Amino acid sequence: MSGAVVDPRLHAARAAPKRRMRLSWSDPKFRAIVWQVLVVGILAAIVAYLVHNTNKNLAARHIATGFAFLARTAGIPIGEHAIEYDPATSTYGDALIIGIINTLKVAIVGVVLTTIWGTLLGIARLSKNWLLSRAAYLYVEILRDIPLLLQLLFWYGLVQTLPSVRDAFAVLPGVFFSNRGIKVPLFDWEPAHSWALAAFLVGLIGVIAWSSVASKRQAETGVRPKTWPVALGLLVAFPLFVWAVLGAPFQLDMPIKGGFNFRGGGTISPEYCALTLGLVVYTAAYIAEIVRSGIQAVPQGQWEAAGALGLRPGAVLRQIVLPQALRVVIPPMTSQFLNLTKNSSLAVAIGYQDVVSIDQTTLNQTGQAIEGIALLMAVFLVISLSISLFMNWYNARIALVER
Amino acid sequence: MKAFKAVGAIALAAGLVAGAAGAQAQGTGSATIDAIKARGLLVCGVSTGVAGFSLADSQGVIKGIDADGCRTVAAAILGDATKVRFVPTTTINRFTALQSGEIDVLIRETTWTLGREASLGLEFAGVNYYDGTGFLVKTAANVKSAKDLDGATVCVQPGTSTELAISDYFRNNKLKFTPVNIQDQNEIQGAFLSGRCDAYSTDSSALAGFRFQQGAKATDLVLLPEIISKEPLGPMVRKGDDKFFDVVKWTQYATLTAEEDGVTSKNIDTFASTTNPEIRRLMGLEGDMGKALGIDNKWAYNAIKQVGNFGEIWDRNITVMGVPRGINNLWNKGGLQYAPPIR
Amino acid sequence: MSELATTNIDPVPATAGNAAIPNTSRARPPATVHGPVAWVKTNLFGSWLSSLATIVFGILLIRWAIGFFDWAILHAVWSVPEGANGPDVSACRDAKGVGACWAVIGEKYRFILFGRFPYDLQWRTALVIVLFIALYAVSAWRRFWRKELLLVWVATLVVIGVLMWGGILGLEFVPQDQWGGLPLTLILATFGLAFAFPLSVLVALGRRSTKLPAVKALCVLYVELIRGVPLITLLFMASVMFPLFLPEGVNIDKLLRAQVAIILFAGAYLAEVVRGGLQSLPKGQYEAADALGLSYWKKTGFIVLPQALRLVIPPLVNTFIGFFKDTSLVLIIGLFDLLSAGKIAISEPAWAAYSTEVYLVLAAIYFVFCYTMARYSRGLEREFSRARNR
Repeated sequence: MSGAVVDPRLHAARAAPKRRMRLSWSDPKFRAIVWQVLVVGILAAIVAYLVHNTNKNLAARHIATGFAFLARTAGIPIGEHAIEYDPATSTYGDALIIGIINTLKVAIVGVVLTTIWGTLLGIARLSKNWLLSRAAYLYVEILRDIPLLLQLLFWYGLVQTLPSVRDAFAVLPGVFFSNRGIKVPLFDWEPAHSWALAAFLVGLIGVIAWSSVASKRQAETGVRPKTWPVALGLLVAFPLFVWAVLGAPFQLDMPIKGGFNFRGGGTISPEYCALTLGLVVYTAAYIAEIVRSGIQAVPQGQWEAAGALGLRPGAVLRQIVLPQALRVVIPPMTSQFLNLTKNSSLAVAIGYQDVVSIDQTTLNQTGQAIEGIALLMAVFLVISLSISLFMNWYNARIALVER
Repeated sequence: MKAFKAVGAIALAAGLVAGAAGAQAQGTGSATIDAIKARGLLVCGVSTGVAGFSLADSQGVIKGIDADGCRTVAAAILGDATKVRFVPTTTINRFTALQSGEIDVLIRETTWTLGREASLGLEFAGVNYYDGTGFLVKTAANVKSAKDLDGATVCVQPGTSTELAISDYFRNNKLKFTPVNIQDQNEIQGAFLSGRCDAYSTDSSALAGFRFQQGAKATDLVLLPEIISKEPLGPMVRKGDDKFFDVVKWTQYATLTAEEDGVTSKNIDTFASTTNPEIRRLMGLEGDMGKALGIDNKWAYNAIKQVGNFGEIWDRNITVMGVPRGINNLWNKGGLQYAPPIR
Repeated sequence: MSELATTNIDPVPATAGNAAIPNTSRARPPATVHGPVAWVKTNLFGSWLSSLATIVFGILLIRWAIGFFDWAILHAVWSVPEGANGPDVSACRDAKGVGACWAVIGEKYRFILFGRFPYDLQWRTALVIVLFIALYAVSAWRRFWRKELLLVWVATLVVIGVLMWGGILGLEFVPQDQWGGLPLTLILATFGLAFAFPLSVLVALGRRSTKLPAVKALCVLYVELIRGVPLITLLFMASVMFPLFLPEGVNIDKLLRAQVAIILFAGAYLAEVVRGGLQSLPKGQYEAADALGLSYWKKTGFIVLPQALRLVIPPLVNTFIGFFKDTSLVLIIGLFDLLSAGKIAISEPAWAAYSTEVYLVLAAIYFVFCYTMARYSRGLEREFSRARNR
């Protein structure tokens, strides 16, 4: 077509697509509109019918509507709460917020750990060591083909076989493993720590700046200036210095055995451990496969070319192959992260009070099923959407690197 | 797309829809009884599996006092105790199932409370089990009273009245506790035995049964003396169908009356020529008691003959679990089970 | 075994596995890479790091294997005597912690497999399981991939329905409340797929349509909404909310409600799979069909779908494996599928302590089904990609 001389008559004919729509079945535009009106109409009718029924049923059963129950006192005992909670005074709204926080706690930690563990497994799958690659293969096959719910029950059972508080074993001083969970020392937060944290953040910015300078210089001279001494100085020495200048306060709140349980320190509950462990171990099997196929998708020539440039094998993997594999890997990885988050809803089976568990108790006590489920769906949609948006942004960002 | 969905739904629904319960026609004046008679089956909501109340055995037959409660009602209405369809329900969907008419009656160790009766459109037809929340602890923990449980971790099933009861109790006594909420009975018990929690709290009968099941290790566990709440468990029906409500309630009273009079499933036929008027009324030999309820005069006879009296049902399901009869004894033996006269 | 082969002679150089392992196998003359000793040397002790991994791993594996053997075989209790009140489990109680109690499986296997289906009629459910497996096997055979397969599916599903319900041909009627165990799991998953698939094709086509913006918007909304929430919430909805939608007096069975929830859930995921297939079709195919003057439905039915659907079979099988596992969630609304039946079996106080044994057996059953399907889908995928690259 291009370059050919266009007949002006043809051109004119094509430039006039604003043909008027005919009210005839043979007009595709008209058909399209009819179909859409039909589909939307039927759907609207169904929805209207259901709403009508629901309203009638709600009235007949004297079930309250609306979200007023969120402000009522809940009375639900909750074991793990990140914010202040007292069953006597806190409301259903508070309880649900705690549930959301608990879900997020699992989802965020789970996503991070599963990425690390899954990547290691994926690399192990491709290892030259027969035993290692076979073991990774078996791991992936077995864990992917057993329902997660069953696995969670198994992990929860396993966590319970840890020794009791009296016989808890200390892995490190102050860190105890028992069937009451993992006890860790907490240290009292003081202003000096905030300042040290601020110093660390400043250092982080400095390191990023320095590494971009280094990249620039590498592009100019071919030699990359060392970045690690700068990083060490800015990220470790600088915050330590700030902390020391402010008097180096350090007061540990150590867990001590006493009464029924430990006193002091921070706790990671067994339910949380079992759920996170189960989700990480299960999802990592999928991540491993994604990472493996991502690495395999990088053409052989890339390895060889990098080798020809004299890069060391580790550097080839880190600087040539993984960045390219990343692009293939991000979209399926995103859906695994979403799966992990959604699967955290199985918490109720092993007694972790996530948002589903608390929501379920709430709707059981108030009888307001519609509001309860709507809330639950909204929470998960928001979480899912946030993860999707973030990963899309990240995907777009790494895609830009490509020329 | 919608068309397809509709077709698919209809095709599946054709087999599965458990028709409308609205049929009345001639009948008894009770929509529920008419529906039960029309379909020849009582649809009874039970729990998914709680030993002693309703639990499927290795052959898939559901056993327990709740299940036998369903059977007595079926025998009373339909004359055949096997004409029951058991629908396992969970704590989440039990009330919805009854409200929506999916089940005719809910006999699922559900506690009779004002809140439930006032706000759910449902009502309780008597009490088949008087229970109360208790605590089970390990003997080694050396706890003598629930008051010693300050700072303890307590295993409890979420969404139950137990959960609220212990919350109230600890608040009232200014004690602190950490709850571990596990949905599944089995998981809770495992968690407690492994030492995940210091105390296991649920209905004291269930605790006694659980302790008994430990065999020789039962002495490792001790039931604390406090019963911190009243938990009367009973069958539930929809409000607005008084005839059916009466049948459910009086069927249970009939089994109690039979126990009081010494009538059992084995010896009931020997009373055929009795002169005791109460037993004669119970057996449908006089008084037209069944007619008054809108069902067959042999209602109580069928229930007792085919399922048993209250004592038999209890012994078969609860005694074998090692739970003492206690306050569930008949009123004249020091218990709370008291049936109004059948006359 | 092809899996094994691919891992060993992977196109990716050894460095992928372990950055520190030098590429010894290539540096050496080929003569030394033959024979078992050389194999062990290159594959297990290629470098000091590899050797360390082999030794640590080997010791852990052997110790674990011995421990498992002791527990599962050596010290296991295989059966218990029958006592006055049912089986006498004292032998199992004594072996607790040392050996497995497989007696629980002997006592409960029929309940776990068939749920509450009447005990004397359980041959019917056994037959249903066989039929399902045969149906999968036939569908897996590429020789049978033609229109008649659809008829085979319809016929088999009807026969399965007859066997489960009965009520005709002299079979006793069994209401669906008594269905359970493996047949229920297979029914939920298979019917879920069978009904979700056509739905998903329509949704995928709707989502790609350019001329029907309202339909497209609805399809996008449906897919994204369902994919954004966990299956549990849909099951809750089916169990608690759905009865409120129906007019007074009309009830839909719990099983059907769960089935609808699974179909809706599966439909959204499958729609994305199908959309992937539609997108991977070369544009020329659409244009050629348009050039022939075919209508939309003819173009879709004769040109686009036959090609696209072929491509999506492997991901379809993978999605099916997902539902197969996810049906275990119906436990939450009180249906007795395989996993729930296993859990109910150990609710009986006498057997409550032997959950590990039951869970292991359940895991094995799920694994056999899922692994077979996964292997199949991977083989197919390889075959397709080979055909494409030719």
